[in-house]
Amino acid sequence: MTAVRFDVRSARRAGAAAFWALLLRDLRVVTKERGRFLIRTVSQPLLLVFVFTYVLPSIGRDFGGFDGEGSFTDILVPGVLAIAILIKGIQAVALPLVQEFGYTREIEDRVMSPLPVWAVATEKIVAGAGQGLLAAAIVAPIVALVPAEPLQIQISWPALVAVLVLAPILSSALGLVLGTYVEPDNVPMMFSVVILPVTFLGATYFPWSELGDIRWLQIAILANPLVYIAEGFRFALTPQFPHMPPAAILAAMLAFTAGTSWLGIRGFRRRVLS
Amino acid sequence: MTHAGPVEPDAPAHPGEDDAVTTKRLSKTYAGGFAAVDGVDLAVRRGEIFGLLGPNGAGKTTTIGMLTTRVVPTGGSAVVNGVDVVAAPARAKQQIGVVPQTNTLDRSLSVWENLYFHGRYFGMGAAEARERADTLLDRFHLAEKARQRTDTLSGGMAQRLMVARALLHQPAVLFLDEPTTGLDPQSRIALWDLLHAFHAEGQTILLTTHYMEEADHLCERVAVMDAGRILALGPPAELKASVDADGVVRVSAEGDLPDLAARLADVDGVGHVDTDEAEVRVWASDAAALLPALMSAAGGSRARVTGVRVSEPTLESVFIALTGRELRE
Repeated sequence: MTAVRFDVRSARRAGAAAFWALLLRDLRVVTKERGRFLIRTVSQPLLLVFVFTYVLPSIGRDFGGFDGEGSFTDILVPGVLAIAILIKGIQAVALPLVQEFGYTREIEDRVMSPLPVWAVATEKIVAGAGQGLLAAAIVAPIVALVPAEPLQIQISWPALVAVLVLAPILSSALGLVLGTYVEPDNVPMMFSVVILPVTFLGATYFPWSELGDIRWLQIAILANPLVYIAEGFRFALTPQFPHMPPAAILAAMLAFTAGTSWLGIRGFRRRVLS
Repeated sequence: MTHAGPVEPDAPAHPGEDDAVTTKRLSKTYAGGFAAVDGVDLAVRRGEIFGLLGPNGAGKTTTIGMLTTRVVPTGGSAVVNGVDVVAAPARAKQQIGVVPQTNTLDRSLSVWENLYFHGRYFGMGAAEARERADTLLDRFHLAEKARQRTDTLSGGMAQRLMVARALLHQPAVLFLDEPTTGLDPQSRIALWDLLHAFHAEGQTILLTTHYMEEADHLCERVAVMDAGRILALGPPAELKASVDADGVVRVSAEGDLPDLAARLADVDGVGHVDTDEAEVRVWASDAAALLPALMSAAGGSRARVTGVRVSEPTLESVFIALTGRELRE
């Protein structure tokens, strides 16, 4: 490599090639670990749907829908899809990163690839988002087939597409934030302090607008990004049930996506450079 | 802009610059005021093996960190193969291969895949990356490990794989940070042989080490570093000649070694004496000339001398001459 050309176009080409190769590497790792990927993706949604929409209704313990309309299944399904994507974002980005930034430093070779550090972080978000979308595709047939009662779904395609684009990016960027700010020792705490509250209080088991009687909780969980993902799915799949105004959902998802991406890339740079 | 890939602003290139690595007053002061590197001037020539020699904490790793875009300098400049590493880090990364101090192999990938994907990161097509990976695995005697996980490799193999990975994209400069620390002597020699072979093919290599034997054996020129500064720079032989460094007389003995050491230290012309269970080492500027005097002093000692060996000045003695301290911890 004696005659190297330093023009911006060749640098951009090299950066684009490296970005693509990083995606190929992540795809290779997912393909290699497809069994584990499937189990980690399916287990929680399957259990949720199985217990709440099959077991409980079958033994006459259904929570019921709202105002005599529909069943709990229709409330839960958008929430389960939202959880599947959010958890995948964390599994795909945060957990590997905590390890890669830990004592193994195995992120090193990718950081030394010929592209800016922010682009390496962006690749993490893109790869994680791809896995989130895959998780949604795997979980969708489960939530369609397992429930004892048929779903009352009225798909709004534009809304569904918007949610399926934004939710995986938001979840994956949140994974990047957690992965760059959480120390390896604190991973068990991350589950107790962040992931459990976020999933339980993410408007997953109830529509947000029905929380009027617990006003403080209704306001408090506005800080939880999962609320907007769940409400987005609710609007896109079961618009007959109460949901937030779609403009508010969209605005909040965009804001959270931008905020977590910025924070995550900043955290990544701070871990890589000194 | 049709192909909008990641890019950074156009930075001034240095077309007239013929050295592989140039730094001017390169400095890194961490928050709190600690100056890890303090005004380092370096010029590594193309095709050269250049060593940064110094004890732990001398600033060697920070210097390499700045040259490899990972540590942002607080002062001065650094240019690698014509690319300013601060202004254009992504382009600088194209010019370099890096072997860090710790095992940073990608544990999610096999041995072969570590090389293959590295080639892809650096813009090779699938066929070219495959071929380069095969070639380097052969050359680094790792071919039979190709399909294995990286955590099945011994320390020496893992280090060879990291060097192979760093060389895969044919970088202008190969950086190695303490490449043989923690390796057994056999693996160390195997790695030295590989580095010699790549050097013979024209590879520019910049390494850090705190082993003076490594600097002496491997490097054409050495910069002796301490406390963030370069104290001396030149070929090992010149350094040893120039700083009036001491040669060593190693006196093997049995019995009262402290008594022997005390007597030897009193001989005129002796600089420094140290001792362990089996020998007394006498450092002196003209060690061989002092032999008769040393032997007669030893004759009156309560220790029994069993052997005497004279060695030429080493880089260790250069370091002692420059700092008054020993290189080893």
